[in-house]
Amino acid sequence: MDLRKKAFTKSIWVFHMSVGSCNNCDIETLDCFTPRFDLERFGIQLIGSARHADALLITGAMNKKAVLRMKKVYEQVPKPCVVVACGTCACSQHMFKYSYNVTEPLDKILPVDVYIPGCPPKPEAIIAGIIKALDKIKKGK
Amino acid sequence: MQMVQGRYPAAEEKMKQIFYCLIFPGFLFSAVIGLLAGWVDRKLTARLQWRIGPPWHQNFTDIIKLLGKETIVPEGAKYTFLFSPYIGLISAVLAATYLGRGIIAPLESFSGDLIVLFYLLAIPALALMIGASASRNPLASLGASREMKLVLAYELPFILAIITVIIRSNGAIQLGQIIRQQLFFGSNIFSLSGFLSFLVALFCVQAKLGIGLFDIAEADQEIMSGTLIEYSGLPLAVFKLTKAVMFYALPLLIIVLFLGCSLSPLFLIAKYLMLLAIIVLIKNTNPRLRIDQALKFFWRIPTLLGVIAVILALFGL
Repeated sequence: MDLRKKAFTKSIWVFHMSVGSCNNCDIETLDCFTPRFDLERFGIQLIGSARHADALLITGAMNKKAVLRMKKVYEQVPKPCVVVACGTCACSQHMFKYSYNVTEPLDKILPVDVYIPGCPPKPEAIIAGIIKALDKIKKGK
Repeated sequence: MQMVQGRYPAAEEKMKQIFYCLIFPGFLFSAVIGLLAGWVDRKLTARLQWRIGPPWHQNFTDIIKLLGKETIVPEGAKYTFLFSPYIGLISAVLAATYLGRGIIAPLESFSGDLIVLFYLLAIPALALMIGASASRNPLASLGASREMKLVLAYELPFILAIITVIIRSNGAIQLGQIIRQQLFFGSNIFSLSGFLSFLVALFCVQAKLGIGLFDIAEADQEIMSGTLIEYSGLPLAVFKLTKAVMFYALPLLIIVLFLGCSLSPLFLIAKYLMLLAIIVLIKNTNPRLRIDQALKFFWRIPTLLGVIAVILALFGL
């Protein structure tokens, strides 16, 4: 494994984006950084600007207006980057599937690397998802 | 190598200068120490919040990772966008070099290097402003304007604190003489005027580093890391390095100005760590101020304290 990939797996900066979520997934995401779970141990940080991001964590059922913005934000993230679908809404649109204001599941719009199901996913589930993402990078993404 | 040393003393002198700037008290050394100090900051913060915190190499990993990322230049950005990080880094490194040489070889320092140092330490903030304004991002320009106001706020008390030290060492504007004065007559901090100006300088250093109370220009959540918002990859890494070098240089400047009594390596490290701990504690126990509150704070309390310290120093207290 080369240095670049190793450094990438050891310091992932996450940009957290909500595209029409009910705010539960967002709260659980923030819970990962509390003393009980403390993801900063592994160099994972939440950052403010999409330009600094290594991972795009997307929560919520894609509503029509937010999807355009989400595509723009994805273009703003410097590559290589990981896209994480957090919560059942982002994975498969959950109960909003036949709703009038949603478009498609996330993986039809962006190249999703990791799915974290759950409504909302527990912090443990989010950590497990992140480890899956790290494995995927290590195997050569 | 021996032959070369014998034949070209001028070239050897030049090589020495380059070595000072790039390796020992300069770039490499100060960046490594600064990144480690940044880790101490993060670890202490984590411990204060009852977390475990990142491993010691975390900041190095961050820099290496940023070097491997794509660099995006926003549409319509001026060439200063990519140019300004280096100006900031170079001036911070030069400041660190002067400080380091001032401590290692006090007799080599030239008259007026304190003033040069003062200007060099002001340039990284300027570089941040230039870069942010060149990026054509509204939030970045907001950050730049805040940084500008912050500079206006903290430079006056910082100058007053330095003037106190100059008066206390009989008008010497030379690092070597300031250190020698303190060697003979005890550290400046143990006098009344010295202590007051030490407090002032401590707050100014916080503002210069842009942490804790004065994390206004780079407010992470509020204006999405403000001045740095459009930076990615290599330029962002350079800005992070600049910050690391400043994190090394500014506490060192305070040590030289106020705690310069005994500067043997062990004492120096102990003093540096103590100062770092104080800065991190202040950072963690206080919430961020608004920019108008920061301006009011600096122009009232530290400026007043600075003026009192100057008057006391003139009376020899």
